[in-house]
Amino acid sequence: MRREIRFRLNGEHVAAQVAPHETLVEVLRTEFGLHGARESCGQGMCGCCTVVVNSRAVSGCLYLASLCENADVRTIEAANGEEGGLDPVQQAFVDAGALQCGFCTPGFVLMTRQLLDEIPDPDEDDIRHYLSGNLCRCAAYPEIIEAVKLAARRRKTSREENR
Amino acid sequence: MKRAGQSTETPQVGRSVPRLESWLKVTGRAEYVHNLRLPGMLYGKIFRSTLAHGRIKRIDVAAAQAVGGVHRVVTGEDIRKLIPEPYYGPAFHDQPVLALDKVRYVGEPVAVVLAADPHVAEEAAHLIVAEYEELPAVYDEVEAVSSKAIVHDALRPAGTFPDLKHLKGRTNTNVALDFRLRRGDPDGAMGNAARVFEHRFRTQQVMHTPLEPLVSVAESTESSITIHTASQSPSFVRIEIARLLGWPENRVRVRVPFLGGGFGAKLYIKLEALVSVLSLITKRPVKISLTMEEQFFTITKHASTFRIKSAVTKDGRIVARDCEVWWNGGAYADIGPRVTQKSGFTAPGPYDIDNVRIDSYALYTNLPPAGALRGFGIPQLVWAYESHTDMVARELGIDPIEFRRRNLLREGRPQATGTRMKDAALEKVLERVAALMNWNDAFDRGGGTVRRGRGIALGFKACIANTTSLAALNVNADGSCTVYTSCVDMGQASDTAMAQIAAEVLRIPTEAVTVVHSDTDVTPFDMATLGSRSLFHSGNAVKLAAEDALGKINQLRQELHLPADAAIADVFKKKYGMRAGSVMGAGNFIPPYTPPDENGQTDNATPFWMVGATGVEVEVDTETGRVRLTRLVNVADVGAPINPKIVETQLSGASIMQLGFSLFEKMQFDADGQLRNASFAEYKIPGFHDIPAEIVNEAVVAQQSTGPFGGKGVGETGTFGVSPAIANAIHDAVGVRLTSLPMTPEAVFNAISSNAGRE
Repeated sequence: MRREIRFRLNGEHVAAQVAPHETLVEVLRTEFGLHGARESCGQGMCGCCTVVVNSRAVSGCLYLASLCENADVRTIEAANGEEGGLDPVQQAFVDAGALQCGFCTPGFVLMTRQLLDEIPDPDEDDIRHYLSGNLCRCAAYPEIIEAVKLAARRRKTSREENR
Repeated sequence: MKRAGQSTETPQVGRSVPRLESWLKVTGRAEYVHNLRLPGMLYGKIFRSTLAHGRIKRIDVAAAQAVGGVHRVVTGEDIRKLIPEPYYGPAFHDQPVLALDKVRYVGEPVAVVLAADPHVAEEAAHLIVAEYEELPAVYDEVEAVSSKAIVHDALRPAGTFPDLKHLKGRTNTNVALDFRLRRGDPDGAMGNAARVFEHRFRTQQVMHTPLEPLVSVAESTESSITIHTASQSPSFVRIEIARLLGWPENRVRVRVPFLGGGFGAKLYIKLEALVSVLSLITKRPVKISLTMEEQFFTITKHASTFRIKSAVTKDGRIVARDCEVWWNGGAYADIGPRVTQKSGFTAPGPYDIDNVRIDSYALYTNLPPAGALRGFGIPQLVWAYESHTDMVARELGIDPIEFRRRNLLREGRPQATGTRMKDAALEKVLERVAALMNWNDAFDRGGGTVRRGRGIALGFKACIANTTSLAALNVNADGSCTVYTSCVDMGQASDTAMAQIAAEVLRIPTEAVTVVHSDTDVTPFDMATLGSRSLFHSGNAVKLAAEDALGKINQLRQELHLPADAAIADVFKKKYGMRAGSVMGAGNFIPPYTPPDENGQTDNATPFWMVGATGVEVEVDTETGRVRLTRLVNVADVGAPINPKIVETQLSGASIMQLGFSLFEKMQFDADGQLRNASFAEYKIPGFHDIPAEIVNEAVVAQQSTGPFGGKGVGETGTFGVSPAIANAIHDAVGVRLTSLPMTPEAVFNAISSNAGRE
């Protein structure tokens, strides 16, 4: 019962044969070898499987692949900055030491980018609320808050410089 | 924090180098076994017991086998044909690869369906039917001592530990270890004391929930097997699989990339024996990835009961302590007997007490097995002895910090084992936590329905002995360096620490060092990455290996008439006339240790002591029982930090993890031993809304004289004091004493209500 779907993946036009029950995170893994979105809790509670579909972060372990027909899908693998370097959010996570085992990190990076797109200068409550759907068992939460603030400052500076 | 440059002028040790694999992790490209797919690979899905205790009468796999796409269904009897005695475990050979003859807990693996499509395997697993003859079950650790329900017909100690030998073949018991320690004359001291206090405490069963669930892959030929596994103990996996198969160790290869968290869950054998056997049976690569739900049926943290009794003089000196601890090990011993002994001997706490009695029991019950979880039993003990210590102090009308100060186990004084304390900054840690809590200042106690309180707790741990680490190191012709160690980086940044240590010795930048991940065909033996032992043990081995290589390089410098500070690349160039060659170094580290006698006495119980204290300020809502932490202060003796930023992250992360175990995490079982909340929808772990507004972490100025560059382990230290500090703060706020974990709003509210009823 597989059928072909076409969509944009990290900016490229792609096609995949998917079964109706297959989730987005499974298809990314098996068809495209992308492992940055990963299933952990399997219930959409932890955010490890975060994928951006049509500019909104979704839980890739619950989101059916077949719903991605004609969609624009972006994963952590596409999130890098210019010239393949790290984007300001990724660099801030490195500089603030906001990761330990790294399993949840791609989900946090993608959610932080969405947070800063919506609220460019978030306060601590904004950060806690917006990222509360992502879990980190190593509990690097204080460092993640620092990373988000650092990324916000740097994005602000670079916006001002570009004016 | 700015990334330090490539300068070698900055010392490598003591510098907050960002972890070396940062780029891989923020771009989603770090390697985990979770990602691995091999050509022709089969996926295994496990069919599990629905009964807590029963004899297996029949397993009907016909319907599952008939599902299109199912390659094979395997049961315990199939495995017995390949391995006559398919039982494994680090302390007892008690755990069958798949259930044999009996099931001993709800969720125990009974059969496996193999298929190329994991969805097919899962669907078919639902069609398996098992019939059991139900047996009486036991769940409580204290009841298990005298229960008629016997989990194992006969005990099967592994034979590697002398203190387990007397248990061999014992029947009609659930006691998997009865550790005892005797010092002085506790009965006499109790009889003569001014005051005697006795309390009983309990902790609940919880799970590590690493976000990368347990996963293993095996691929085999007729004469060799390679296991790719998310394991903290690759060397142990190799030895145990070789033993099970009756093969030499060099035919078993164990590879471990990064781990998506470990916390003690990924130790010893978990899925490795199962995937190995399945690969040998099917002659195909086999992968088993557990779901989050299945992890709860695999390994957990011991629930425990602790009866503690202290005799105290009029001026507040503890003269005797009597400790009785029951550890709920679940259906298989795993490392429980070692928790019972290695942690058990610190049960009286970090106090100078002349008369001590400890009885510590490892119990089998019909619950999921329990093992190591970030503290190896220490958080359970500190929970009891620091709640008790606070209760005694308050009862005597002595300030809790002053009471601890009076009784503190000071440098050079003998601990309960008789081992004299060395490099354990208990005094500094206690004084710093008091200072950071502004203990002597006036404190806002709140009012109305929100009451405020504060509390502290101090814990210590003896690092596990007797353990070995080896390391090898290659200095390449360009002066870069490759370190070979079987230490596993599960998020604690051991790769970075090992690189810093090697770089410091070789006087090269940390960034010029790479660390080869565990591969038993390549990396030398290392006991395991557990119990905060690796920075000290593996770190010392890496340091020795680097010194060995440096000695050889210095010799070359001399032979080639080069100055003592000649660049390494120039040494090779002069030696070989071009860029060629390499220098290898080897390090073998095993610290001294004296096993305890029959009274638990030894002059050398541990290679190093870990010390951690926590202070908290809480707000208690008297109408809902909700406890909110407004401030969390962690202070530790970590020796001299190799990487201060990473040390801070470890302390902070450990304390937040313990916060979950203190306030809300609990595996809830019904009367038939069925787990009711095995998922993140029902089992909550700490998230952003649970962490305190202010967290302070501090490592006191200290040196571990035997550690690499003065350093020692830190992974568990942040957990020690959290639970009792919160209980002490709740008591301070609202005058009620909680003696069971977790301290849920319901428990706090009920305690407040019954307290009000009494008044």
